[in-house]
Amino acid sequence: MYVAVKGGERAIDAAHAWLAEERRGDRGIAALSVAQIRTQLTLAVNRVMAEGSLYDPDLAALAIKQARGDLIEAVFLIRAYRTTLPRFGASIPVDTARMAVIRRVSATFKDLPGGQILGPTFDYTHRLLDFALMAEGDAPLPQKEAPTTGDAPSAHIPHVMEFLNRDDLIETEAPIDATPPDLTREPMELPAARALRLQALARGDEGFVLSMAYSTQRGYGRTHAFVGELRIGMVAVQMHIPELGFAIDIGEVELTECETVNQFKGSKTVPPQFTRGYGLIFGQSERKAISMSLCDRALRWRELGEDNIGAPAQDEEFVLMHADNVQATGFLEHIKLPHYVDFQSELELIRRLRSEAIAAREAAE
Amino acid sequence: MTDQAYNFAYLDEDTKRMIRRAILKGVAVPGYQVPFASREMPMPYGWGTGGVQVTAACLAPDDVLKVIDQGADDTTNAVSIRKFFVATAGVAVTEATADATIIQTRHRIPEAVLTAGQILVYQVPIPEPLRFLEPRETETRKMHELEEYGLMHVKLYEDIAKHGQIATSYAYPVRVEGRYVMDPSPIPKFDNPKLSGSAALQLFGAGREQRIYAVPPFTHVVSLDFDDHPFSPSKANHACDLCASNISYLDEVITDDQGGRMFVCSDTDYCASRRAAGHVGALGAPMATEKAAE
Repeated sequence: MYVAVKGGERAIDAAHAWLAEERRGDRGIAALSVAQIRTQLTLAVNRVMAEGSLYDPDLAALAIKQARGDLIEAVFLIRAYRTTLPRFGASIPVDTARMAVIRRVSATFKDLPGGQILGPTFDYTHRLLDFALMAEGDAPLPQKEAPTTGDAPSAHIPHVMEFLNRDDLIETEAPIDATPPDLTREPMELPAARALRLQALARGDEGFVLSMAYSTQRGYGRTHAFVGELRIGMVAVQMHIPELGFAIDIGEVELTECETVNQFKGSKTVPPQFTRGYGLIFGQSERKAISMSLCDRALRWRELGEDNIGAPAQDEEFVLMHADNVQATGFLEHIKLPHYVDFQSELELIRRLRSEAIAAREAAE
Repeated sequence: MTDQAYNFAYLDEDTKRMIRRAILKGVAVPGYQVPFASREMPMPYGWGTGGVQVTAACLAPDDVLKVIDQGADDTTNAVSIRKFFVATAGVAVTEATADATIIQTRHRIPEAVLTAGQILVYQVPIPEPLRFLEPRETETRKMHELEEYGLMHVKLYEDIAKHGQIATSYAYPVRVEGRYVMDPSPIPKFDNPKLSGSAALQLFGAGREQRIYAVPPFTHVVSLDFDDHPFSPSKANHACDLCASNISYLDEVITDDQGGRMFVCSDTDYCASRRAAGHVGALGAPMATEKAAE
């Protein structure tokens, strides 16, 4: 006698309880606090904020804790929360020239106004495991030096692009007053304007955007990029308050901005000139910001009158439709849901096709 | 009890209005895929976010909701979605097809004939019937605009040339009111005839792909075929081993490691109702006996 399988509900509850236990891990070891994650796993927090499209280090740290360190799962938690938040209004565009930079490098000029500031970077570390960290001793306090910027935190540090711009050597991006589209509030329509492309890239998966950018460097849509400037620091967010009649600071966010200078041989309509790729990411994320600017530049082939050589990174629909890791993960993993019904219909089809093929072969023999 | 942290049925009213507009447009243009600003839901894309948003936009407090996956009410994802609406909307739920006002489904159309006033909400993974023939959305939208469906007919023809028959067993393409070619979601082609002329409103939601489309009541829906190779719905050539129905769609269940198997209705409510009415299949026991055994 066969009794149909029941108990999906009990199984789900039990699975959730088990998951909670696994998340906590060995109770003999102190639980990780959200503050510890926020202040010591900052780059993970930054990635979750960037791809979750929500600047909130506390919630991002909570999401990482709840997701057991699975960053895509954490991004998903943040996105699902973000979508329920009301929209009070929009800030005025942030002024990254007034960024309180902690790092600022240019690969195109040896020295420049504002200086090169190395900042807290992994760049010249030797990747040797530091066993002192394993011994769990606290690192010695650094010798405090005066702030290296030499200027007040919010001093105007001009963008490298402004120097090139003075001689018309680089394209000027005319300011547009149109409200940029919001891909979390409107369905994505293609072809997409640059603002929408940048938005999709900014919240796209770091690994995907990195690989797309890397492919352009290896010849699949080469754009000859130099890092004109990379800067990281806090930027004031200002909002225009109608009751006051002027804009006030409502907070600050940490941003990484990358501007690339790209070779451009000119086209029928435009004389040879350097062109730009742009990347702007929440938090400290140089890899993502540089990747984003390379992808941005590769996707601009049409407006610059370049050839489409069929490279994946030039293909707007391919890049934009596959950059989102929350969408990709969900759809990829949904194939573990039951598909009995479809599989059953396939079983019948295969059996029928096989029996016909076998009958035909036997008849031939 | 409703979770007060969220609006009725989770989505805010502005979002519901946006979705209802898309639904109305879909109803006005049967089979046309209406883009809509799909929201991030607290369940993963690909797990029914489109269906959940359509259901949330249709639900009213006095609705009675049924959720099925693979025809069954107790599959894990159906349980999970039902719990979501119980928590966020506090609506009554049922397993009885006839008692439900809204039925959210994945991969099946219930066996019982649906009636006027009922809404059937399908979860759709890939709404574009032409997607696997042409990967670009910009191209496929143009093909629909121009009613350019030759590619689909060539594909079906190639199937016949290669296999002697159309080798599509689920998500079998249909044409709605002689205009749009539509993906009926991955239902087995056995279910396709039920799409046409139904008294119920059929709504299709694809969350990740941001599309909603509809088949209004009493709409003519035709499965694509050729005069000399007419469409034929198919199912396993058995009767249900529990309720003896020989007209319902069957799941094959492996019962041992010696090749033993049995066939049972995929629609659990249909099967249970028949057994309650006294029908007993080859391997079934009268329902009262089974209850006692549990």
